[in-house]
Amino acid sequence: MKKILRIGWLALVLLFIYVPVLVLAVYSFTDAAMVGGGIGGFSFENYINLFRNDELRGMIFGTVLLAIVCATISTALATAGAIGSFYSKKIPKSLIGAANQIPVVNADIVTGFSICILLIVILRINKDTFIPLGLGHIVLTAPFVYLSILPKLKQLDNSLYEAALDLGATPAQALFKVVIPQLVPGILSGFMLAVTLSLDDYFITTYTKPSTFDTISTYVVNATKGSQTEVKTALWALSTLIFVIVIAAVVTMNLLSVRKGGKNEKV
Amino acid sequence: MNVLRFNRKQLCIPYAVFLILFVIAPLIVIVYYAFTNGEGKFSFANFINFFASTNTLGTLMYSFALAITTTLVCLLLAYPTAYILARSNFKKKYVLLMLFVLPMWINFTLRITALKEILSAIEGNISAYPFLNSVIGMTYDFLPFMILPLYTSLLKLDKSLLEAASDLGANKAVVFMRVTLPLSVPGIVSGITMVLLPSMTNYVVLDMLYNSTYIMGSLIGSYFSAYDWHNGSMISLILLVIIFIVTLVTNRFSDKDADERRTVL
Repeated sequence: MKKILRIGWLALVLLFIYVPVLVLAVYSFTDAAMVGGGIGGFSFENYINLFRNDELRGMIFGTVLLAIVCATISTALATAGAIGSFYSKKIPKSLIGAANQIPVVNADIVTGFSICILLIVILRINKDTFIPLGLGHIVLTAPFVYLSILPKLKQLDNSLYEAALDLGATPAQALFKVVIPQLVPGILSGFMLAVTLSLDDYFITTYTKPSTFDTISTYVVNATKGSQTEVKTALWALSTLIFVIVIAAVVTMNLLSVRKGGKNEKV
Repeated sequence: MNVLRFNRKQLCIPYAVFLILFVIAPLIVIVYYAFTNGEGKFSFANFINFFASTNTLGTLMYSFALAITTTLVCLLLAYPTAYILARSNFKKKYVLLMLFVLPMWINFTLRITALKEILSAIEGNISAYPFLNSVIGMTYDFLPFMILPLYTSLLKLDKSLLEAASDLGANKAVVFMRVTLPLSVPGIVSGITMVLLPSMTNYVVLDMLYNSTYIMGSLIGSYFSAYDWHNGSMISLILLVIIFIVTLVTNRFSDKDADERRTVL
């Protein structure tokens, strides 16, 4: 009886989480203009529109490019920052840690608005240069990269670095050949986190983006205000595609980690 | 010669400079703008604008009402879920957990679009239930961020403590109330911080679900559209103070090492 209750509860929560996304996925393959409305028949029209419409394609491409570029810069910056501060004295280390925590606890909207004031209102940097947008996304993502690298640094065996120096490596060689390779899992997960945060952002983007540029978030919000059915239903297709990509990514990562875990056990 | 030599401590310099320029400086600028007027003179006008107007104070109250309701609903949904998941004998608990938090990697505007379509199909005219729909929308958006920290803190729970309690004669309800619940407080607290603050500011959810009432975030949005940087900064500053107070309170409860916010990957 208790077991049924437990499974029932989990099923209810899962229904709440997945029904909207799955219903939308089903409707994305039809010619219906609204959920619950009449379905004329099966159709790939929404998916074709998604790739044929220049505006939609450009918007998706721009969002992904922005996420990858910003995540790369964030990762480089925050990795160096984490390594540097980890081996620094206590005071600079805790100061950097505290400053790093600010964007993490702060509301995205405050982060976005404050960057907009500094860069666009005071320094008068043109929004169309993409500099405020890029910097905004780096501010949003770098602290999370820093946080995902720090625990890996704590696990690091410092005698390996010293052994490398004793064996004649320069500090730079020791860093690149000994320290950084051991940090790769942390760096990768930080990078992935940075990409997903950037893809999901709305507030920092709205306050810093060039007026002609849209990311998926800002585009979807504007599209829901308009009444263009063709765009609206193409976004259903986009939602479904992202859902499938996310599932595929999660499954692959699980399979990879299972395989890796197995290997470690054998050793 | 010694100065020019590479030292790994120096690696933190670019990041430190970056944090000063783009994290700390913007906050200082916000404080400056909040207490000056259009001519750059010191002024309390923005402060008075906010605290002397019933409209803006009403917005603050509505934000609190919405955020607290959302947080409670998330907690009520997430706690049993995290509890069942953490205590289950299922071999691949992690896969089950993934199932519950996976939607957070789908862009939130697309998820709210999906929810809006469903709500429209069920309710007909969704603008008839603005508060209810906003709570549902926020819950839909933030539920994974509540499940995750609760799950981690319940998973860490030492089972021998539970056994000891029942050996000493406590029944299941007492074990839960006096052992499990107190030990999961860090998870509850970090879940609350992850849901409470965003649901005071994420006005996009309200906009998309046709709730025209303002929350704190909408105020910043409307001052931004009106190029009113001074009043916008005042609202940001008020939010910063709220965030600061919440952080102070929650720091007393939370784990030192647990910063699970969005770091599942």
